[in-house]
Amino acid sequence: MATWQLVQYVVTGITVGSIYAIVGLGFTIIYSVTGIINFAQGEFVMLGGMVAFSLIGLGLPVPIALILSIALVTLVGVVFNLVAIRPARRASTITLIIITIGGALLIRAIAGLGWGRGAVSLPPFTGDEPLSFLGAYVVPQSLWVMGTTAVLMVAFYLLLNRTLVGKALKAAAINRRAAALVGIDARTMSLISFGLAAAMGAIGGIVIAPISYASYDMGVMLGLKGFVAAAMGGFTGVWGVLLGGLGLGLAESLAAGYISSAYKDAIALVFLFAVLLIRSRRLLAGEEET
Amino acid sequence: MKGLLRRRVKTAVLAALVILLAIVPLLGNMYYTSVLIVIGIHAMVAVGLCLLIGYTGQVSLGHAAFYGLGAYIAAVLSTTYHINPWLAMVLAVAATAVFAFAIGFPIFRLRGNYLAMATLGLGIIIWILFRELDGVTGGQVGFPGIPAPSIGGFAFTSDFRYYYLVWGFCLAVMVASQNIVNSRIGRAMRAVRDSESASQSLGISSVLVKAKILALSAACAALAGSLYAYYVGFIDPGPFGFLFSVRLVVMAVVGGLASIWGAIFGAATVRLMTEFLHPFGDIDVILFGLILIVVMILSPQGVTRGLADLWRRVSRRLARQAR
Repeated sequence: MATWQLVQYVVTGITVGSIYAIVGLGFTIIYSVTGIINFAQGEFVMLGGMVAFSLIGLGLPVPIALILSIALVTLVGVVFNLVAIRPARRASTITLIIITIGGALLIRAIAGLGWGRGAVSLPPFTGDEPLSFLGAYVVPQSLWVMGTTAVLMVAFYLLLNRTLVGKALKAAAINRRAAALVGIDARTMSLISFGLAAAMGAIGGIVIAPISYASYDMGVMLGLKGFVAAAMGGFTGVWGVLLGGLGLGLAESLAAGYISSAYKDAIALVFLFAVLLIRSRRLLAGEEET
Repeated sequence: MKGLLRRRVKTAVLAALVILLAIVPLLGNMYYTSVLIVIGIHAMVAVGLCLLIGYTGQVSLGHAAFYGLGAYIAAVLSTTYHINPWLAMVLAVAATAVFAFAIGFPIFRLRGNYLAMATLGLGIIIWILFRELDGVTGGQVGFPGIPAPSIGGFAFTSDFRYYYLVWGFCLAVMVASQNIVNSRIGRAMRAVRDSESASQSLGISSVLVKAKILALSAACAALAGSLYAYYVGFIDPGPFGFLFSVRLVVMAVVGGLASIWGAIFGAATVRLMTEFLHPFGDIDVILFGLILIVVMILSPQGVTRGLADLWRRVSRRLARQAR
């Protein structure tokens, strides 16, 4: 077993793990503020990559195209909240699950129709000349992914703790009713959380697209892995999700490298069951009986 | 008096349905016959899902896996091991039910969102196994040469014969489900759905009830899956993935989540939409997404229940006006 090989797997693991953490953060924001698990979270990631691909294809300068695509996907998240979540506010958990699954299906099918079934790729942000690191090859885009994740996590931490909106979100997450009593509108918070989660997903989809492509059907698996990251983090705070995402990414990449890449996705599912069953009591403590 | 009348109307509607179903293949249109065979197969899976979601209040986003297990077990036993197709069918149903019952215990420690995510993951794991265990399942290439079942010298090879086989099974599953819903365990299911802690205080073991219903629901799906495998003679992992699991939820939602006979309506609606719209791309799937959202907002009990409520409200208002 060569060292460079191990380093290579670790770099890959941290890169994809960062994306899982970003997706997981989206789950965490929405879940902590509204109690909803958004089964359409992975679709925001897919849309990020796809919309950016099209906007760059239109000839827009890359930075503007990227910012515009984040804005557009955020809009999708906000609209989804307004038309599908807000009217069903007092619905049961099952109803809300089916609604967000419906949203996932809708977004995915429209994407399949609009962009076709093939995978699309974005150009790397800064060239594709691999750097050498301890004998392993690291594409510069990997560094972009890690850097973006770090910036996002810190930014989100600051948003939650240093801004009024963030504190309102936090209050709503801690106790919706008490927050409402001090004038924090639950509907607005729900709207903001969906917008933030969609933006987060879009950023993840954009930074990873130059490495692993984007295709209309990537949302389910990516959503599931993001959920695993969020569940490992206990659906609270920033750092747990980050650790969860990185842990999952590393496990997946090492297993694919040393065991078999055919079962790469199965690793995430094993993690899913493990985390759900081990943490079931703690996770369920926050969830009232339905 | 009113109850009696309602029951008579119900019997008449069911009798009309059965007669209509019996006549269709006699019309000689191969296309209708084949579409209705698929509807009958899907309706069996959908009714199982209704028992689980609508009556017991537990969501499953991985039900295609049980359908696939039924199909693959029956196919492998009857083709690779030359076991009689009927016996293979029985074994496939039994094995799938036992598997579902066994996983029911850990999985039903979870509730709501987490249960949904766990079933979604379970469905994907089993789908990956269908794809990767290519020594047994044929993997992505597929599994050909599945024999058709026969009784004595009477083989169910033509669509005409197979149609009656499928609908015979389908109606039997419907009647059995109806009876289960009206039995002791049916009441236990609804008690668990409406309040788990209240049902437990009455001495109902909620996990046991849920695991039993999951097993039953998986058995329905496996029966349908084995019938599907014998019908098409060739299976690959394609129809047993996440998308079919969601399609099944759409069928259950359209048919009315807590409605046994509605499952046929749901399966028929979804299949016909796909038949008519799929040639134009994934328009059917877009509509399925919209249906899920709109129906859940307007009538969380499903389409048929929503329409029934609406009818009741309208007729009550009309009666009041008449007075």
